[in-house]
Amino acid sequence: MQPEINPERNPSKNNILILFAHPALQNSRVNKQLIQYANGLEGITVHDLYEAYPDFYIDVKHEQNLLLEHDVIIFHHPLLWFSVPAILREWMDLVLQHMWAYGVTGNALQGKKFFNVVTAGGGEELFQHDGYHGNTMVEFLAPIRQAARVCNMEFLPPYVVYGTRNITQQAIRQYGEDYRTLLLALRDGHFDITSAHNRHKLNSDPSSPIHPVKDS
Amino acid sequence: MQGDSFFFNALVYLSAAVVTVPLAKRFGLGSVLGYLIAGLAIGPFGLQLVGDERQDVMHFAEFGVVMMLFLIGLELRPALLWRLRVPILGMGGLQVVLTTGALTALAMYFGLPALMAVAVGMTLSLSSTAIVLQTLNEKGLMKTDAGQNAFAVLLFQDIAVIPMLAILPVLAVAGVTSVNNAPATHASTTWVAGLSGWEQAVMVAGVIAAIIVVGTFLMRPFFRYVARTRLRELFTAAALLLVIAISMLMTKVGLSPALGTFVAGVVLANSEYRHELESDIAPFKGLLLGLFFISVGASIDFSLIAHQPGRMAIIVASLIAIKLAVLLIVGSIFKIKYDQNLLFAFSLAQGGEFAFVLLSFAVQNHVVSSEVANPLVGAVAISMALTPLVLIINEKLIQPRFGVHEKGELVADTIDEENPVIIAGFGRFGSVAGRFLRANGVGVTVLENDSDRVEVLRKLGLKVFYGDASRHELLHAAGAETAKILIIAISDRETIPHLVRMVKKHYPHLTIFTRSEGRTELFELLDEGAEHVYRETFDTSLKLGTDALIALGFRSFQAHRASKMFRQHDVNATQFLRHARHDEKEFISLSRQRIKDLEQLMLAELRDPEIHIDSGWDVNHVMREFGTNDHH
Repeated sequence: MQPEINPERNPSKNNILILFAHPALQNSRVNKQLIQYANGLEGITVHDLYEAYPDFYIDVKHEQNLLLEHDVIIFHHPLLWFSVPAILREWMDLVLQHMWAYGVTGNALQGKKFFNVVTAGGGEELFQHDGYHGNTMVEFLAPIRQAARVCNMEFLPPYVVYGTRNITQQAIRQYGEDYRTLLLALRDGHFDITSAHNRHKLNSDPSSPIHPVKDS
Repeated sequence: MQGDSFFFNALVYLSAAVVTVPLAKRFGLGSVLGYLIAGLAIGPFGLQLVGDERQDVMHFAEFGVVMMLFLIGLELRPALLWRLRVPILGMGGLQVVLTTGALTALAMYFGLPALMAVAVGMTLSLSSTAIVLQTLNEKGLMKTDAGQNAFAVLLFQDIAVIPMLAILPVLAVAGVTSVNNAPATHASTTWVAGLSGWEQAVMVAGVIAAIIVVGTFLMRPFFRYVARTRLRELFTAAALLLVIAISMLMTKVGLSPALGTFVAGVVLANSEYRHELESDIAPFKGLLLGLFFISVGASIDFSLIAHQPGRMAIIVASLIAIKLAVLLIVGSIFKIKYDQNLLFAFSLAQGGEFAFVLLSFAVQNHVVSSEVANPLVGAVAISMALTPLVLIINEKLIQPRFGVHEKGELVADTIDEENPVIIAGFGRFGSVAGRFLRANGVGVTVLENDSDRVEVLRKLGLKVFYGDASRHELLHAAGAETAKILIIAISDRETIPHLVRMVKKHYPHLTIFTRSEGRTELFELLDEGAEHVYRETFDTSLKLGTDALIALGFRSFQAHRASKMFRQHDVNATQFLRHARHDEKEFISLSRQRIKDLEQLMLAELRDPEIHIDSGWDVNHVMREFGTNDHH
């Protein structure tokens, strides 16, 4: 049920851990397809939290070991009440332990990259200061960003799929391909982290696509 | 038959079957062809081990066909039969009429007088229920379009035998040969002999109605009464008694015994004893049909073939060709898809066992002369023997070249859907699991061997079948081949390991869910190969403990988390102990150690937040480093 910890690490590549949380995946349309683009890729571990811990009894030791084995940590989830699903919140409480993830001696996660892959029912226009929700996605993710900072992780902007309530099948496929491209670029070290910090989301867009940075 | 010769014959027939059938299966020829070859081998043209008694054997073995129709009836609920009415009447009727017409014309072309030609045409229009159904079943094709339609046509043919038996003597009266002989022995022993046609019809309708009424209202109490004795062989005896009694009754009123048992089967198809009856009758049916196929093989008259090889070849070839052509036309009129139509036509393109009966009846009635009948009997037997071969040719050579491959067809065409879950034992334990699955839209087939409980559950509207799940045949009848999961919830704990072993041997694809009393039984069941084993009191006991903690003043979430932790440790310990248990001393000391470890661990976690997994929720933990607000 839980992913095995992979003992072999390729030092030239980044291992990516996707902590996937959807409480009713059977009814999902977008996330069910999106996660398929991440499944089965070498060096990328997909960890379905609701499947592994249906009773929320999280195996803390196992989760901590998984974190240690990976360089990039992703929370992949739908935005529920402008936050993460309950199990991810529980996961943060229990796994990000004092003296391990934070505190004077807590540096287990130091230097790891972190970001959210998040889907939202409403369109991007709602997530503006003058929009209905009054805040941007990055602003809604403030508690997560601060948690990542306290754990000395590098917080990157989220990868967002807006407007999932009336998204076309073709658009889902495009997002899926884009997601996979992003994951592979991160894994293989081709991703331009520096310029990513200046963006409000990691999605490729026609004006600034994710383009591989040539190895120097 | 004398004792000695009976055992000698049994020895010959059984050895032939045991030697050839596995070989035939091995080479992909199917069991029917194996039996036929066995018959050829021991027959007058092989080792000459059997003599004239083979006709008696065949007659006796025809009872296998009767049993087969009973079993088919059991599979066909009345509603399903009603749904098949168009193929039965339409396709079956059209096939019999067209084939009779075409064969009659051909016979007349070969110079037979018109009435004799009609008799021959009718007789040969029938196909072999035994060979077709056995072969299709074995290939798993019964639930395809072709299989269902072939079955419908065969059913119509079985019914059509009755009017044919009535028409044959009439043909004789009108025919060239004078008939001063008494009507056939067949008719003279029946109750209906001497009655007018109108009275006969009333009699026949009355008997069928009686079977339906008795089957619906009296058979279930009867079987329940027998089942209460808990003597398995008595139930088998009762099942055989039922089939034999109906056969006798039908013969007395001049109807086909196969038809009567079929009706009885349909009537009992909705009863809780369906699977048990199936598994009781199935071995007898299998053996008798095997015997029947052997005697067909043994009766093929090679001297006739050797004498007139050309003539026999033409008869066999034209018989198969005409039936094939008519079936293809009928199939396309009823819009069977191309692939399925080929299978449908090839499977039914042979003469049937009823041809033997009808031809000898016709000869007795002087409708057909024996010079005409003998080669026809030979041709029918050969065409029957060729059927499995013809089907293999269709499968290997014709379908791959000319067939249109329609994907997913097999799935869509299934009629009697099998449930993915079988529950053995529907007491307190099994019923909760079963109801839970049903509440989530998962179909379950339930087997219960307490006939009183079956009765109660049936009254509550649950589909429960009576029977002992540790019987391989009963599991088969309940659909173990197609099910995914078997839940063993029987109350007799002693038999669970045997059942697990049997299931793992015969149905390795089934995932087994079961329960154990304690750890020792748990280990045993895991060793037998059960995938999911639950200690039956563990979760209840832990729940009780949790509630006791709450009653003592623990916060309920704290007690709940503690129970989860205890459970996790206990599961880990169980896995660990499983490997250490073979050394009793070591096992006991390890068990003690583990129990002590667990208690200490949990107590320590209560006292020391440093190692508690829920420390993230413990503010004191963080305060120690960052200080408290009290400093302000």
